Amino acid sequence: MAAVLARVVTFAIDGIEPRRVCVEVDVRAGLPAFRIVGLADASIREARERVRAALLNSGFEFPARRITANLAPAHLPKVGPGFDAALAVAVLVASGQCPAEALERRAVFGELSLGGELRACRGLLAVAEGARRCGLAGLVVPCERAGEAALVEGLEVVPVADLRALANLLAGGPLPPAPEPEPPHDVGDDKRLDLADVRGHELPLRALEIAAAGGHNLLFEGPPGAGKTMLARRLPALLPPLTRSEAIEVTRIHSVAGLHRHGGLVGGRPFRAPHHTISASGLVGGGQLPAPGEASLAHHGVLFLDELTEFQRPSLEALRQPIEDGHVTVVRSQRAICFPTRFALVAATNPCPCGFAGSERACACGEPALARHRRRLSGPLLDRLDLLVTVGRVSAAELEQPGRESSARVRERVLAARERQRRRLAGTPAGCNAQMDARAVRSRVRVSAEAARAVAFTYERGGLSARGHDRVLRVACTVADLAGRERVELDDVLQALALRLRLGEQEAA
Amino acid sequence: MSGCDKRTAPLRAGLHGMAVPETPEGPYAPFVGPDAVPPAPPAPPALVAGVATGDVLPCAACLRRAWLIARLSGHVEHAWLARRPLPAVLALPDRELIAGLAGGQRDRIEREYEAFDARAARAACAATAVVAICRCDARYPAAVRELPDAPAVLHVHRDAGRFERCAAGDAVAIVGARRASPYGLEQARGLGRSLAAAGVAVVSGMALGIDAAAHAGALEAGGLTLAVLAGGPERPYPASKRDLYKRIVARGAVVSELPPGAQARRWGFPARNRIIAALARATVVVEASERSGSLITAGLAADLGREVAAVPGLVSSPLSQGTHGLIADGARLVRGARDVLDVLFGAGAPQLALVPDAADTATAADALPADLRALIDRVGAGRDTVMALTDTTHPLDAVLAGLAQLELRGLVRRTAGGRYVVVAGGGR
Repeated sequence: MAAVLARVVTFAIDGIEPRRVCVEVDVRAGLPAFRIVGLADASIREARERVRAALLNSGFEFPARRITANLAPAHLPKVGPGFDAALAVAVLVASGQCPAEALERRAVFGELSLGGELRACRGLLAVAEGARRCGLAGLVVPCERAGEAALVEGLEVVPVADLRALANLLAGGPLPPAPEPEPPHDVGDDKRLDLADVRGHELPLRALEIAAAGGHNLLFEGPPGAGKTMLARRLPALLPPLTRSEAIEVTRIHSVAGLHRHGGLVGGRPFRAPHHTISASGLVGGGQLPAPGEASLAHHGVLFLDELTEFQRPSLEALRQPIEDGHVTVVRSQRAICFPTRFALVAATNPCPCGFAGSERACACGEPALARHRRRLSGPLLDRLDLLVTVGRVSAAELEQPGRESSARVRERVLAARERQRRRLAGTPAGCNAQMDARAVRSRVRVSAEAARAVAFTYERGGLSARGHDRVLRVACTVADLAGRERVELDDVLQALALRLRLGEQEAA
Repeated sequence: MSGCDKRTAPLRAGLHGMAVPETPEGPYAPFVGPDAVPPAPPAPPALVAGVATGDVLPCAACLRRAWLIARLSGHVEHAWLARRPLPAVLALPDRELIAGLAGGQRDRIEREYEAFDARAARAACAATAVVAICRCDARYPAAVRELPDAPAVLHVHRDAGRFERCAAGDAVAIVGARRASPYGLEQARGLGRSLAAAGVAVVSGMALGIDAAAHAGALEAGGLTLAVLAGGPERPYPASKRDLYKRIVARGAVVSELPPGAQARRWGFPARNRIIAALARATVVVEASERSGSLITAGLAADLGREVAAVPGLVSSPLSQGTHGLIADGARLVRGARDVLDVLFGAGAPQLALVPDAADTATAADALPADLRALIDRVGAGRDTVMALTDTTHPLDAVLAGLAQLELRGLVRRTAGGRYVVVAGGGR
């Protein structure tokens, strides 16, 4: 057995991006040892034990020589068990137990069990995309989740069950049949949540429709138990269905985060409702090797923040860039990683700490508690919310009435409005009204003279910030889109204002 | 003031009957209990109303008295909590006050009393921009002098001239609940605004809720407003109203019976209420629960022969129980600033022409198109949320657009829980 240098291509996940990694294994005479270098974390160093056991249990020989594995490029930090299979194959090749030719235009990705089976691991879709981008012909993946890799078109996906099968393949055995892409899976349970089950709540439903049609952010204010969460959960079903490229993006993020347990694409729009104790890095992404946060998991879906005032200030501040830009850049140990965060934000809050201000029950809050509540609600985040809507208690009479409309019918109107937006915004980076920048608002939105006067008047009276000024126009534009009007009329602006004007102040002074 | 006697006689009896439960309870009870009738007030030492006694003003005796009350503040608190009637305590001459309240500290306080330095007290006032107006001063308001336990010194922060104008002219007190409803706050604010615009000074206690809203309204109209505090006049209390305090100091005046540096204690609040009641020609209670301190102010005003008026609310609202009780006992019913001006000047007095602000909003409301006019009436009639306003004849879109129009015109305001209130002064 001559000492050879083996090279096997695999991929590391950097944020949610795949990065090509070359596993180099050198086997030469010396005291038996197995070393892995190249910024590998603990889970990769443990791969030594898995690789040794898997090789031996698959009937191969583990060379009793000095083995050095290098994961290049050496400057890129690497994490996770996905390198196991590539390491094992590289050891086989370097020790002459397996020919190397079949690996020239293929990458290998997967975790090993001690018995030698290949196991699925996170980020398979991202790896498959990386393989195609690098111009590789094929990718060897675990059978278990081959369907996920098969979502990438133009890549030969080779599903293998274990190390033995992989070795046979490299030795010139027949290729297994390419896996079929699996049908889409819903991430939420939104199919069962229909607007037809909602009684009353005409105003919040109207706000939901506008939010869905224009991609606007929404704040529900109301006493506990009024139905804020119930309403928010129905938003994903109102949004247009995911396009294929959107679904792939969502699937990739969820797969990297280890939330995607099926082979197929994510079908419905995600709905994420993190608890209010979440940290800033949990929300926008972070960690020593940054992982996507809830904001990215809600990409192309809905991020629901219940009890908005209970969130820690830094967490809410961290949301500013994601809301404005649709992506967030997380910097950790000299690495900047960008995560996409194009979500529809729905926030909910009680009108006061006890929850009953302005309702039939008396509010039991003291002035300091109320002041704190107002302070938390005010400021930059509130300014970024387009629609501020009160969710009141539904009367007994309304509970008796039948539901108004099914989600599907509302969605038809939403789709029609989106179609108008698509035509109007063609040639701009914006995909819906909420994403229009100031220039697009000025150049693409036609506003009647009296509507413009109403906005200017509100602005001059101090009822709007400069940012709020554009936001009102964007919402008014969506109202007009839903009504099938090309031009924004006074009524559209007035409706947008009624859904936007500042929440009530407790104290007149 | 014709018809005044006819009204106040049953009112006074009624107020006592209502505000004083059979078993006096609560912090205010001792103050107006049936046995709270103060003993005949001992004559203040060596002074004739408005005549200086040759001493430099403010005179040493009065300053010393004010110092003593502040020094004994903790002891007064104890006496008050032990249900000793506050007017009786505050009317005691200096020596008896020390003897009666100081207990173990008597000798020490007497020594301090002997060593009192009036010049230092004057310097302390000057240093904090406080003008001390003592009972020997011609500027001391005659109205406050009517109190059996009139304070020896009124400490005015910043502008004594404005204080004199408040005290000499027609002032109205607007008082009410701290934890008021949006409706109450709106009424207090509207009354403050319209009355101030009509040239009437607004007196109140700068407490949270109704008091603060009344001051804020008066300031909005650019009128004169006077805050009577329970602690030193240079200390904003409550601290959360610091901004309001600054605006009152800049445009009105702040007054207190206690010298600069004195802390507000609980007894100070009923005590300052007597100054509010005395200073104002009429006291308007906007919202008060059945056991509210505002009723004490109203009772004191009635005892002093001042007018008492109250703003009605929903009969089901606990915050209107007190005001409805007042009205049932003969207080004037207030539907707007015009009713208060009627109380002050008699019905249809020419001063009404001086209400530019209220008149403006009224014209604005009159000029509304019929549908908005109908909408504002529906809001005023208690359909105060978007959902309550929406029905088969009034579609959601139209209601939203209409409310935005009204809000832009300043005729309605959105409050907690998405409830809309009609801005006071807009309707009538």
